[in-house]
Formats: sequence, C-alpha cells, structure tokens
Amino acid sequence: MASVTFEKATRRYPDTTRPAVDHLDLDVGDGEFVVLVGPSGCGKTTSLRMIAGLETVDSGRIRIGTRDVTDDDPKDRDVAMVFQNYALYPHMTVAQNMGFALKIARLTKAEIRERILDAARLLDLEPYLDRKPKDLSGGQRQRVAMGRAIVRRPQVFLMDEPLSNLDAKLRVQTRNQIAGLQRRLGTTTVYVTHDQVEAMTMGDRVAVMRDGVLQQCAPPRELYRSPVNMFVAEFIGSPAMNLFTLPVVDQSVSLGDWPIRLPREITAAAEEIVVGIRPEHFEIGGGGVEMQIDVVEELGADAYLHGRVAESDNTFGQTIVARADGHNPPLRDSRVRLHPQPGHLHFFAADGRRLP
Amino acid sequence: MGLAERVIKPSIVRGIVLYTALIVIASCALFPILWAVSGSLKDEGEVTTPTLFPAHPLWSNYREVFALMPFWRMFFNSVFYAVCVSAGQVFFCSLAGYAFARLRFRGRDTLFVLYLGTLMVPLTVTVIPQFILMRVAGLTDTPWAMIVPGLFGSAFGTYLMRQFFQTIPAELEEAAILDGCSPWQIYWRILLPHARPAVMVLAVLTWFNVWNDFLWPLLMIHRSSIATLTLGLVRMQGEYVARWPVLMAASMLILLPLILVYAIAQRAFIRGIAVTGLGG
Repeated sequence: MASVTFEKATRRYPDTTRPAVDHLDLDVGDGEFVVLVGPSGCGKTTSLRMIAGLETVDSGRIRIGTRDVTDDDPKDRDVAMVFQNYALYPHMTVAQNMGFALKIARLTKAEIRERILDAARLLDLEPYLDRKPKDLSGGQRQRVAMGRAIVRRPQVFLMDEPLSNLDAKLRVQTRNQIAGLQRRLGTTTVYVTHDQVEAMTMGDRVAVMRDGVLQQCAPPRELYRSPVNMFVAEFIGSPAMNLFTLPVVDQSVSLGDWPIRLPREITAAAEEIVVGIRPEHFEIGGGGVEMQIDVVEELGADAYLHGRVAESDNTFGQTIVARADGHNPPLRDSRVRLHPQPGHLHFFAADGRRLP
Repeated sequence: MGLAERVIKPSIVRGIVLYTALIVIASCALFPILWAVSGSLKDEGEVTTPTLFPAHPLWSNYREVFALMPFWRMFFNSVFYAVCVSAGQVFFCSLAGYAFARLRFRGRDTLFVLYLGTLMVPLTVTVIPQFILMRVAGLTDTPWAMIVPGLFGSAFGTYLMRQFFQTIPAELEEAAILDGCSPWQIYWRILLPHARPAVMVLAVLTWFNVWNDFLWPLLMIHRSSIATLTLGLVRMQGEYVARWPVLMAASMLILLPLILVYAIAQRAFIRGIAVTGLGG
C-alpha cells in the first residue's frame, strides 16, 4: 500500500488555451478512498490517467509512496485501473482476463490460479471463469474488471467511472460492494465520477474539480456543510443549493419580504452578497420567505417544491426549491412560508468565495 | 383480411421480388461456370454445340488432365506460394497497420498516404523494373521469385489492417499497457487475436490473388517443376490447341481449391468484410 501525491501537477494538451489539469496539489493517504468529482471536462479523468502514466505530466511531480513516478512507465508504477467500458480482452475468458497481468509478470501457473480463484470468490465470479466477456451481463463484466485489478494486488486502484454503464439499481448495489471491498482490502483508491451521490457515498474524502483546478478536498460531510465556494455548494447536494444574489443594506439583506441579518464576521463592505440555503434546510410554515409554488415533485418519502420567491410588491422573483414532507405536500399554485433552519445559511461573496 | 395477413403480405411480395432478382443475378454469374462444367464433360465434337447437358458425360477428360500436365506438382507449387505469401502479408501488413493505427511517430500520416498512393500505380508500370530487380538478384526462375515480392506486405493489406486496428478502443490497449505489456506484446497478444476477422479477409484475398496470378509467374518461371497451375493451364493450351474439353476440366480442377478455401473461411470472411468497413 502507498499514498499518492500530486505536487503542482499540470497537464496541458497541445493546441488548447487552458490546462486540462492545472497545478493540482492533492495528497491521497495510504489506504484512503478519494473520489475525484466534477462536471465533464473538469480534469478528473486526466488526473487519474496521470497517476496511471497514461498522460504525461507537463510540470509538477507525482509520487506513489515515497517514489517519484512522474517519468516512470505505466507498468512500473504498480497501479491497476478499472476503465469505464471495462476494457476486457474480448478473446480471453474471464479467468484469462484476470490472470493476464500475472502471466505477463511471469508468475507461476499455480500462483496465478490461486489468485484468480481468490478474487473470483470475493466477487462471486466462480461460475463464470470459463466464459468470454460477451457472454456476461453488464454487472458481471464490471466485476471481472474489478477482479482484474484485484489479482494484481497493486499499491493503488484507479477507477474511471466504473459504474456509469450499469442501470440505476445495480449501480447502487455495486457502489456499496466496491466501497466495502476497498475497505476490506485496504488498498489506496482514487475513483473518478461525475455523480455527486456516488462521490458522497463512497469516498473517505471527495475532491471537487472544475476547469482543471481543485476546488476543495474534504470528507463528504464537511463538503456538504461548509463548501469553500459557490461552485462546490451548488455541485454537492441534490437538488442543488438555492443561491440568492441580494443587495446588502445596513448589514442585512432581504429575501422577498423576509430580512436576513448578516453575521457580524461578514463585513458589509460588499454591495452584494450571495445567500445559500439547501432545499432540505427549510421548514414549512411560520415566518420566513414566502414562496409561490409552480411545480410539486413527489418522490414518495419527500416532495420537492419548485417555485419563485414572492416579493413584497406582490411580484415573483428568484427561483427557489424546498423539500417538503412527502405525506402531505402543499399544492401547486399555492403559497407557503419557508423558514431556514438555524445554522444552515451559507454566505458567499459575489466572486463565489465563502464568507466566514 | 386479418391483421396478421395484412402485416405479412407486403413482406411476401418483397421477398418474391428480391429473390427473383437475386436468382437472375446469381444465374448470370454462375452461367459461365456451369458452361465450363458442361464443356469439361463433352467430347470434342459436342463442345461447340449450345447444349448445357452433355449427351454422354465424359469423365475421362479429367483423367487426361493428369496425364497431360504435372498437375499435383503444380498444385503443390501454387499452394506453397499462396501459403507463404498469405502468411507474409498477414504478418507484415498487420505489423505495419498496427504502427500506422496506434503508434505515434513523426510523419506517420504522410508516410501512410504515400504508401497508400502506391495503390494508384498499375502493375504494368512496375512489372519491368520488378523483373530487372529479380534478375539482378538472381531470383528469376526460382521459387523465391514467386514468394519474395509479395512477402513483405502490400499497401492494400496495410490499409485493411490499419482500418481494423483503428476501430479497437484505446482502452483495450491502455489496459494492456497497465498490465505490463510491451508494444510487441500488445500487438501479438491483444490486438492480433482481436483482429482475426480482418486477418482472415487479408489471408483469403491474398490466397486468391496468388492462386489466380498469371502475368508474374509467366514472366518469372520457365521450369515446369516450379510452375503454378495457371501457368500449366496456359501451356497446355499452347500444346493442345483444340482440346477444349480437357482445358475446361483443368480449369475446373484449378477452381475447386479456391471454392473450398472460400467455403471454409466464408463466415469469418464475411464478418471481416463487415467489420473492416470494406462492404457496401
């Protein structure tokens, strides 16, 4: 096992104006499960491929353990990767797929066999060892791809959206399997996904990236509770956090007809401020901001109310989303008052950074 | 009229039209061969009469082929040249195709276009320089003359293999890199087994070309101990001008192995045509 360290690692593709990965500093601890998450083109997959050695590092260093691997060949890095499309060798059986790396490494036949069987047992693949990939279901193929990584007993697992080709139900199931497996094996893992739910449920820590720049790397709860900027605040959590840009008057702002007093730590130097409230942090009824409900999304346990803030002059302003109890949600076209739970207000400067 | 009938009817009409058209086209293609089969069973008087079925089928024409030319010797020569050249083509074209499709090096695409450009040059332009080359190398009238020129690949074969290798997802190769493969191992253990359909197409097409080639052996080979079947057929024509039934019997015997090769490789061949995008 080993840690993985990015030191100002940068990857710039030819003929592009901005780097795909820009001065990335990230430390993945020994045995840790870190998820890289972000929208398409944020540099998460490129970062992963830099660890594998499939992308060159234009500047900065990458270390695995204490070893600088920046210029090492992929095969010398002792990492195993699970690809999005699994990349199973179609002409080999499951067992041959899993044992291929070991065969190349010239392990003895007995040892290869033993490791394949161990992994197959772990992944419930024993009945399928003699099948070809084309005769397997999506979930089985995914497990073979995992098995191929496991048998190598590498220092680091790299996973590039391994669940994106599975259907929703299987994805949730496999998500838990992978997380459980990683904890059991204790192998350092870097996992890439664009799905924030996957990121939050699987990772010890989650690194949010945008435009090649790391925004924040923190345990899921911290990411949810205190996002460092508006991008992270909006990206983490579903539905996304409500963000209201409001003018500051006299150390306070008003959302509709509801005044919000700014905490003392926030100096009122700025003319505008962004107030963030998650949909699940509203209580319905009592005082607070008035909402005109346009759509009620019923999910069973919960209902999400989509609508607009009712201004004091009876017009409707910014859009707002709130969670309501699914048993008895308010009706469409009605108005409700929403009161944010104390301690769940987020404040951001106009440039997006979090205010204390 | 029930729903089922209404649904089925247009497809029946379409089927009839389609199959009629196919039968007509297939008959046009098959007729010359049928005519040759029929001719090979006629006697010399009957061969010029326009009947498809001989009055008294004469199998002795076939026996005579073996008496008049060293058939088995030439058969062996043709098979030997075809096997050697096909193997060489598959090996070198797939290597070159892999390099052009997957490896990154300076001037790769320019080089490929130039190489592909040689397809534009007709054989008649290069045949004399090639002849001189062979004579300088002292290979004329040796088996090498039949093997060496085709052994090291062709622009067409390289193009075919390159097209196929380009369709293989990059992740497959990357997985192999991470599994510790060298470029040679990636080619040999991952890409080549994966490319079997394309390999089959190339092998069969090369086999056909070598088997049917006439001009090159005519220029290169004098000794009949190393001659090919096509050469034997034509020489027989020179010596026994009027014996059409025997000539047709010989033609049939030469055609038979080709049909066999195609029948065996047919499924892989058609799949290969489909996956390499040569069809349509």
